[in-house]
Amino acid sequence: MTVGLTTRIAKRFAELRATRELGIVAYITAGDPTLNATRGFVLALAEAGADVVELGVPFSDPLADGPTIQRASERALKSGTTLAGVIALVRQIRESSQVPLVLFSYFNPILQMGLEKFAAAAAEAGADGVLVTDLTPEESADYRRILQGHHLDTIFLAAPTSTDNRLVKIAACSSGFLYLISRTGVTGAKDALPDDLPALLRRARSFTQLPIAVGFGISLPGHVSVLGGLADAAVVGSALVSEIEKAVSPEAAAAALRARVRALKEAARRGLSRREATP
Amino acid sequence: MARQALNVARMRMLGAEVIGVESGSRTLKDAINEAMRDWVTNVRTSHYLLGSVLGAHPYPTMVRDFQAVIGREAHAQILEAEKRLPTHLYACVGGGSNSIGLFYEFLKDADVKLVGIEAGGRGNGLGEHAARLAAHQGFTGARPGVLQGTYTYVLQNEDGQIATTHSISAGLDYPAVGPEHAWLADQRRAEYAAVSDQAALEAAQLLSRTEGIIPALESAHALAGLIERLPQFKPSDLVIMNLSGRGDKDMDTYTRMLGELA
Repeated sequence: MTVGLTTRIAKRFAELRATRELGIVAYITAGDPTLNATRGFVLALAEAGADVVELGVPFSDPLADGPTIQRASERALKSGTTLAGVIALVRQIRESSQVPLVLFSYFNPILQMGLEKFAAAAAEAGADGVLVTDLTPEESADYRRILQGHHLDTIFLAAPTSTDNRLVKIAACSSGFLYLISRTGVTGAKDALPDDLPALLRRARSFTQLPIAVGFGISLPGHVSVLGGLADAAVVGSALVSEIEKAVSPEAAAAALRARVRALKEAARRGLSRREATP
Repeated sequence: MARQALNVARMRMLGAEVIGVESGSRTLKDAINEAMRDWVTNVRTSHYLLGSVLGAHPYPTMVRDFQAVIGREAHAQILEAEKRLPTHLYACVGGGSNSIGLFYEFLKDADVKLVGIEAGGRGNGLGEHAARLAAHQGFTGARPGVLQGTYTYVLQNEDGQIATTHSISAGLDYPAVGPEHAWLADQRRAEYAAVSDQAALEAAQLLSRTEGIIPALESAHALAGLIERLPQFKPSDLVIMNLSGRGDKDMDTYTRMLGELA
């Protein structure tokens, strides 16, 4: 449901811009280890200050994902997670949270559900936006028309190798925010951010008015502090999925997620200039 | 890797680094996932040599154009040898490159029937075969879908999760078919059917005994398809079958499956 004509995502980014605070977008794979556990994790993330939560829909062939998220997808599929189940989870989350929610999926599960059926269900359940990893701008006309018809934001990926022409195309298709991949590669936490990231951000900035979220490889408060002033948000995925994988129980996982996000939000608010190691 | 051990050994001897993939279901589609992950990571210094008429555009077009030399030569040679065009073309279809390579030059010749033979594996149920275009024979599970950059018929479950497949032949053991074949099937310009592992093995043995040619397991499927349709042929028919590969790489499988070869 939209608030007037402004989506939850637009509202949150406007709030962040007003306070000049870097947003934290938290990604977890829905259904890892179960959809019920994910509900608790999302509420914990929101409670700890995550500005947007991305729910990954597990897929059999996640070719944009590194081993951490691959394993999470396998676990989620094993426990019977489907796209329909993830949409139902969104509805459940909405009973107690207004955190902006983005569905993160490969195209095939959405295609099999049917674009219209998917968009209607996702919007009705309370999702705010969708990011389809393997849908290119060139193939996205029907998708955008249908999703926009249901007031869902269509988020697309831009890469370090995206040419200026391509950035224009990507920006034209995007709403909500632009997801800028920080490096050539797949998902996965790394120690250092690429040196050319500030330049890449500045280049992307010149092609869009939309908020820009930077993702892939971000895990440390030190990473986050580098992005302040350049990006509107940092996306943290594999680092959080790792916490879920390592934890001895869902409660321990939720606690670890809260701690991680709190540390990242703290770094985002304080704009730390030194890199710090995680505990 | 074990299934294609000879080819792996040859590649390494020629100086290639061959990396086995342990993720996912550990078959061709998983190797492709890993190859694509490597590619996007190293995109500035590497080019992806995609091995069939699959993947994102322009790969299906590009690989077809390279393989189309097969059909151009066949077209010229059959006219020289027989003074007429063939009535039928037969080829096995995995990703679809050898078959589209043969078919392409003949697409404009409406009287030339194009027949693609897929892997019928060991059964009709999802997971037992790799037939994407043989629903008419009861091979279930294929619907239009997107896998690894291609929109085509893909074997999948109802939720859009890609199915595992089975074929005795590695080269046919893939859940998606080249999109040009999907189009030719929909247009009814080409017809597709599947033959079982067993039929392919028997066809391989027949060709070995009668012609002294040990075919690749993949190609043996095309021959098995031809053999199954023998009753439908007329004496005046003229058939070109693409013998797309040699069977050296499959000797372990032949030895194991055919038992007493002597």
